[in-house]
Amino acid sequence: MSEGRLAEPEPTMADRPETPLAVVQGRAFTEQPRDLYIPPRALLINLPLFEGPLDLLLYLIRRNDFDILDLPVAEVADQYMQYIEMMEDMQFEVAAEYLVMSSTLIEIKSRMLLPRPVVGEDGEETEEDARAELVRRLIEYQRFKNAAVHLDKLPRLDRDFIALQVFTDHLELPKPAPEVQFEELLRAFSEVLHNASLYRPHRVLRESLSVSDRITMVLDLLGDNKLLSFYDCFAMHEGRAGAVVTFLALLEMMRSSMIEITQEAHSGTIYLRRIL
Amino acid sequence: MQKESLKAVVETLLLSSAEPLSFKQIKSILLTGELKAEDAEIKKAIQDLVKACEQRGVELKELASGYQYQTRESYLSWVSRLWQDKPPRYSRALLETLAIIAYRQPVTRADIESVRGVAVSSSTFRILEERGWIRVQGHKESPGRPALYGTSKAFLDYFGLSSLRELPKLPSPEEISAQHPAFHAVGREERKP
Repeated sequence: MSEGRLAEPEPTMADRPETPLAVVQGRAFTEQPRDLYIPPRALLINLPLFEGPLDLLLYLIRRNDFDILDLPVAEVADQYMQYIEMMEDMQFEVAAEYLVMSSTLIEIKSRMLLPRPVVGEDGEETEEDARAELVRRLIEYQRFKNAAVHLDKLPRLDRDFIALQVFTDHLELPKPAPEVQFEELLRAFSEVLHNASLYRPHRVLRESLSVSDRITMVLDLLGDNKLLSFYDCFAMHEGRAGAVVTFLALLEMMRSSMIEITQEAHSGTIYLRRIL
Repeated sequence: MQKESLKAVVETLLLSSAEPLSFKQIKSILLTGELKAEDAEIKKAIQDLVKACEQRGVELKELASGYQYQTRESYLSWVSRLWQDKPPRYSRALLETLAIIAYRQPVTRADIESVRGVAVSSSTFRILEERGWIRVQGHKESPGRPALYGTSKAFLDYFGLSSLRELPKLPSPEEISAQHPAFHAVGREERKP
């Protein structure tokens, strides 16, 4: 309902009898008028501090402004109606909850006014129900109000203690180069094969394709320790056979540690790098 | 590896981590670093580190999700001099709602509303969920299948607790009724369970 303080709502008027509670038209009041627990204006100030009808009731009980066993119904009803009028331009759901509470209070009082039927123990119990239920709810709410205060007192992160961390942002940790999975390599190669299959050269002469020649070609392509994209190694016009020989050459070069294969990210471009 | 250095490694790990480190995490990091240590040795190292903090302004605390170095509560007034901003206060509505969830979990929104006698604002719930303190633990098998809420490890970590058992005791109805004669007057035997 509000961002009120955790502490119990402080009375807006002094409690001590020796100091006047209020001065109205030059007249000092040392006692609270019995017919009005909270002046309407004070209620307006207090309103945001209350967390609902139960909270307001607990506050009133604590201040001894009324005894829930001896409820002055007319005044309570009056007070609640004033309350609701004030809340007209606030949320209606809030007003509804207060309305329910006021009708509960009136119900309790009217039950008490009725003559007690002379019945057995069971009958007496039902008569007490509404009041006992209200008190049970008030107690239950007060339990959690107290628990909330205890919870708030617990040492808390960033309020009562701070999590420590040594400053390590300046450390430049070596980034491990992603390892190329063999499947990735095969996948890339099958892509090459697929691309190659799209070319159907009319080969008149049968060229002999040697792996060692191909190694020399790739090394030339690589130049001085330069990175070379995996795809750039292949000459598409050579067709499938050419691609296979190049791939064999690459595998041979990897095996003899002539080149290193790296990849920036999964499914990223695969690069060859010459190892000197 | 020497015991001395195992302790130093664990200390460094704990100090460098932004989040609390669990025993399991520490152990697995040690393993990946090929530092073979028995569970008992690691536990001893942690205990030694806790003890080593006795005279210091910081302490090694065990939280719900692991161990973490923290400033000691009593030195906070000094630390706060470093800061301009005060940490935010939480509203009564939020703390009461959190208390009901913490002590009564799993609870539905309606359970919370029936204790507080007022509707729980969605902003209160949003804050609690955004902070990661509460989460949906399931759904109640009743009409509408309302969500059942409970607290998380992050909640315990935030309040410096290692388990829900460390929560302050929930005041009993008797304690509450003893606080005020108006409650007392309606006898206990009339209270329905």
